[in-house]
Amino acid sequence: MKIRLDQIVKTFDTFRAVRGVSLEIESGELVALLGPSGSGKTTILRMVAGLEYADGGHIHFGDQDATDIPVRDRGVGFVFQHYALFPHMTVAENIAFGMKVSRVKREKAAIAARVIKLLRLVRLEGLGDRFPAQISGGQRQRVALARALSVDPKVLLLDEPFGALDANVRHDLRRWLREIHQELGITTIFVTHDQEEALDLADRVVILREGAIVQQGTPEEVCRNPRSAFVMRFLGDANVLPAEIRSGVAYAGGASIEALDIADGKAELYARPADLDWSLQGPGIDARIDRVLDRPDGRRVLASTGTGTQLEFDVEPERVMKSGDRGFVTIRRAKVFPV
Amino acid sequence: MLPGLRLSLGVTLLYVGLIVVLPLAALVFKASSLGFHDYWEIVSSSRALASYRVTVLCALGATVFNLFFGFALAWVLTRYRFPGWRLVDALVDLPFALPTAVAGISLTALFAANGWFGSVLEKVGIQVAYTPIGITIAMCFTSLPFVVRTVQPVLEDLDPALEEAAQSLGGSDWTIFRKVMLPLLAPALLAGVSLSFARSLGEFGAIIFIAGNQPMSTEITALLVFIRLEEYDYQAAAAVASVLLITAFVMLALTNWMQARALRYTVRN
Amino acid sequence: MSAAPTRRRPPRVGDQPIFRRTLIGLVLFIGVFLVLAPLVVIGVEAFAKGWQVYSATISHPDTLHAIMLTVLTALVAVPVNTAFGVAAAWSITKFDFWGKRFLLIVIEIPFSVSPIVAGVAYLFVYGLQGIFGPALDAWNIKILFAVPGIILASLFVTAPFVARELIPLMQAQGRDLEEAATSLGASGWRTFFSVTLPNIKWALLYGVVLCNARVMGEFGAVSVVSGNIRGQTNTLPLHIELLYHDYQATGAFAAASILAVIAVFTIIAKVALERRGAGRRASPAARPSLLSKPAENNA
Repeated sequence: MKIRLDQIVKTFDTFRAVRGVSLEIESGELVALLGPSGSGKTTILRMVAGLEYADGGHIHFGDQDATDIPVRDRGVGFVFQHYALFPHMTVAENIAFGMKVSRVKREKAAIAARVIKLLRLVRLEGLGDRFPAQISGGQRQRVALARALSVDPKVLLLDEPFGALDANVRHDLRRWLREIHQELGITTIFVTHDQEEALDLADRVVILREGAIVQQGTPEEVCRNPRSAFVMRFLGDANVLPAEIRSGVAYAGGASIEALDIADGKAELYARPADLDWSLQGPGIDARIDRVLDRPDGRRVLASTGTGTQLEFDVEPERVMKSGDRGFVTIRRAKVFPV
Repeated sequence: MLPGLRLSLGVTLLYVGLIVVLPLAALVFKASSLGFHDYWEIVSSSRALASYRVTVLCALGATVFNLFFGFALAWVLTRYRFPGWRLVDALVDLPFALPTAVAGISLTALFAANGWFGSVLEKVGIQVAYTPIGITIAMCFTSLPFVVRTVQPVLEDLDPALEEAAQSLGGSDWTIFRKVMLPLLAPALLAGVSLSFARSLGEFGAIIFIAGNQPMSTEITALLVFIRLEEYDYQAAAAVASVLLITAFVMLALTNWMQARALRYTVRN
Repeated sequence: MSAAPTRRRPPRVGDQPIFRRTLIGLVLFIGVFLVLAPLVVIGVEAFAKGWQVYSATISHPDTLHAIMLTVLTALVAVPVNTAFGVAAAWSITKFDFWGKRFLLIVIEIPFSVSPIVAGVAYLFVYGLQGIFGPALDAWNIKILFAVPGIILASLFVTAPFVARELIPLMQAQGRDLEEAATSLGASGWRTFFSVTLPNIKWALLYGVVLCNARVMGEFGAVSVVSGNIRGQTNTLPLHIELLYHDYQATGAFAAASILAVIAVFTIIAKVALERRGAGRRASPAARPSLLSKPAENNA
């Protein structure tokens, strides 16, 4: 099911939560809505579901204008952040609920068989008779997904599905969700504020800020070509250096980097910790090491430049470095954005 | 360990023993001093049986009314907003705050044959005052807050995501209410209903003005006790009072059990 | 005049306009008849024969005595039960001991017992056919059919009120603050007044308000123990009954209007205190459950 959002707007009292967002999602795509709190991502998801009405714009499911269709008729499967499992029903009854209340009448036996099939899909066989209070958070989330899938949704919507779970559980569930998506091929939109999650799972990442889309693309595109300082910062650690542009080259301290298409003047230079290096001779930005932090997979060095800018960069564990050393920070790769 | 255990527990036990346990024990003692045969004769006399029937049936009627009206009131106050809802919310507490004798004479004034409502009902052939209907209405009044106040907090706390989930799965309003909301509200509803019933069984002041108090037809058990006292028949009074006491204990146990069940879906942190 | 755009919300269960309006209408209709009308009719009947009769009733010595007796009973019963409530709540919530459950049930008993039963029970302790009766009579101490009896019966009936407001709240608040205070060297009394009391003051006041309303309105238990001696052992509710059965209905309503006004003030106080977090409805700790909306972590 292809979904098209056409300039949708949502205002809560005086707060403009979503300002004219347009987006096209291909059938079978797995799209992540990524952004900080207040960026409108959950509101957009709820509008696609029909749990909120858009104040302006249209939402199309395939050829149909679904903007005013109530949620129960839209054919979406929604997975809530806190699962919203019915506490008084067993896992099996939760999953069977959608089928039992549907207008399409199914035989009891058929429903039971489908429940077993879904339990197997989410790897919870045998837990059908447990109550939500008796299973773990990760298991509850899987039940919520099975329940959402039980109604054969055309679109699957997930609201921060792993937000309430431990880091390692999240990691496993992420992988598992990707597998399920491969297997079923349902158009899926999920909301998250965790950039790693979005980059791991999605075919396409849509980055939102204050109710508007700031960039969208494949994980590769947004990682390699962030189009603004906000995106750069949001996607991961970034060192910021004040720079000066002169004739297409950005100068920051003793380093310089190509910056075509940017007008002369003040700018900021952004570099990832992995894209900076340390050498004992220039050219580079002269700096002094403040602290060396050891990590299992390497060393992270905290340094300050002559002008007081703090920098963080990674080196191989074998490099001998200690606090107080003086040297030069070199830039392998960086992005430049005008101020 | 914090200080003050001996003092506070001592005071508590002494007070409870003196003020609560001693009198009830005296009552039980007095009632049991009758000997089983006499006791049974008194509590199963036709007048006593008639009073049980009147009290229980009217209490049941009032409880059924409060079940529906109380629930509807809780629903309306929690889920809708209309001008004056705050006033209505406050007025629900009136039966709690108003002395029972005052309620008694007011209800009688309203439902007597020449009262505001009584006169209208007379024309349709319904007599309220001095009939079991009057007793039931008085019980409706005094027990109203119990169902409302027990259901309201649970209804307020009900996770809207549960309703949204049920809607997203395709459920109609009635289905969602029946299969999702009602089962979750049922324990609180039952607890409120049993509190309401227990209160109605023991009510005195609000009823005796409107009831007519005719032995065998509109005499509640509490009044029978009172009358036996006025006749100086202390043993009979003790016997019938013990029936009320036993019933109160049973209802207390039942209500406690139901309220524990209402927390069934609790996650113990 | 165009206002800010009203938010269109998808309808929740029961939001259809027809259903909603019908239900509200029905509930208000019945509510007016069952709850509002009794309050209104008191005022109407009290002044049915004019201001003269009203003030004559109120200022009659018997009525004034009844008012005084009611107030006196409240002035004794409420502080005593407040002290009891505090002691009970302190012992139950700050300590662990065997039989706590049982104690809680016993404290709840007066709440569930018919007031007539309470009165009769007191008769069998302090009356002539009761345990202490003959002894009291020998020493010429009048408990029953006198003010002390009325106060005792009132104590029974309203014993749980303050305790049941404090216990759930103090249970939820835990012992941390008090333990911290005592570890810093504060005495028990100091800890209670400086640490505990400020945290429970609204709930305490709430319990006091409810206790007072019940004491002033108590009828059944006091009927049994008072002896109904006009001008001597009649509280205001009993006096109302007396006037009513004396065919002085207007006088009865006049006396009742005083209690009705107190009831209205009780409700106002109750609402005001609930807004400050007192009462069962406000305390979320009383009902932890999977049903509840989970705490928001990020908006």
